[in-house]
Amino acid sequence: MKVMITTNATLFKKYRDKLPESIVEELEEKTKGMNAKDIKRIAEQVLAEYIANQIQPGEAVGTIAAQSIGEPGTQMTMRTFHYAGVAELAVPQGLPRLIEIVDLRRKPSMPIMEIHLEPELRADKERVIEFAEKIEDVSLTEFATIEENFEDKEINVILKEDVLVEHGIKLEDAVRKLEKEVRRKAKKVEGNTIIFKPGFATLSSLRRFTERILETRLCGIKDIKKAVVLQEPDGSGWFIKTDGTNLKDILKLDGIDASRVISNDIREIYETLGVEAARNAIIKEAKEVLDTQGLKVNPRHVMLVADVMCYKGEPEPIGRQGISGSKSSVLARAAFEETVKHLHTASIRGHEDKLKGVTENIIVGQPVPVGTGRVKLGMKG
Amino acid sequence: MLDSKVIVNHILVPKHEIMSKKESKAFLESNGLKKDQLPRILREDPVVKAIKAKKGDIIKITRNSPTAGKAVYYRMVY
Repeated sequence: MKVMITTNATLFKKYRDKLPESIVEELEEKTKGMNAKDIKRIAEQVLAEYIANQIQPGEAVGTIAAQSIGEPGTQMTMRTFHYAGVAELAVPQGLPRLIEIVDLRRKPSMPIMEIHLEPELRADKERVIEFAEKIEDVSLTEFATIEENFEDKEINVILKEDVLVEHGIKLEDAVRKLEKEVRRKAKKVEGNTIIFKPGFATLSSLRRFTERILETRLCGIKDIKKAVVLQEPDGSGWFIKTDGTNLKDILKLDGIDASRVISNDIREIYETLGVEAARNAIIKEAKEVLDTQGLKVNPRHVMLVADVMCYKGEPEPIGRQGISGSKSSVLARAAFEETVKHLHTASIRGHEDKLKGVTENIIVGQPVPVGTGRVKLGMKG
Repeated sequence: MLDSKVIVNHILVPKHEIMSKKESKAFLESNGLKKDQLPRILREDPVVKAIKAKKGDIIKITRNSPTAGKAVYYRMVY
């Protein structure tokens, strides 16, 4: 038995360079117990099939991807605007969201995070709720009423004790935090009233000081506007969904399952987790949009788009500011948008067009370097 | 700064490995490529910092692909 396993390993070694790892693994798994001759025959056939199914060199994959996403996308446009009146969470879905993804907007119009907790924490609903309350970004306005005393140029911050208790904040901590935030010592603390006398001469600077106090964050994490507790789909407990994202700060917290914390802001993911994570996020988000719309688009097209957006090391939007605008050919750029601007600057600066792409060759009326047009012939000898 | 373990272990981050000089050379030669023809990854990239790769290193990325199961991708630290 042992001998056979070693011979199998050497048998497959030849195919390891030619076939993807997952196919070789599957082959090994499924041919267990067969004799070497049969295995070889099967493997040869698999290899032949694999090669026959590979895309041909020179195939216009980008055009195919554009058509494959664009055609069902047309259908989606009609349906998206049809649904517009339905009263539901205002999450941009369908086409608007897809545009947001490929344009790589700085902030999605509905930033959402999913925060999963450690196994022992997530089973206890009470503690998950407690956690959710702790990360919610609450400004002072919710904790206190503020009175401006213009006569004495003082500001009274009256803390609401019941709200403080609800969020588990001690009065002294609140005072200390506030003092640190506005960089001034309180003049007096009477019960739950904090009195500041900043010593400004003008009323307008006093007003500005009041605004600073109002913006102070007493607890929570910046930008997390709301946190709700939901049941894990696999039934292992609860997780938190938030309105507003702050991946960097959430990942620093204790008690979370950091590997599964996800945001829907692709730029934020790029900044905290890198290009490859951003690429995965683009694929995930785009696929989610297409799936919820019930459109069947082969994932390889979406993957191609994501790859193109990420090959420079930093995600780049598709469109004028990104991929299409940074093409090397003047004519290709002119054909896309801002025709006059591109032709104008190119002629002033004496740019050259090497006519290597598709668009520029169509413009000059030459065969396009795609498919058989890709092949060049050379003279021998 | 985030802990590099948190970055590397995140589900969105595929496995990144720095290729040795020898491996990189063999890879480039067998594919008839020059280093600067590879897709890039920036030096400031969190994962590059986490695995301490240097400029010019080739990083082998093993992705989980919905179409191929596992797919290998290469990027040069730029």
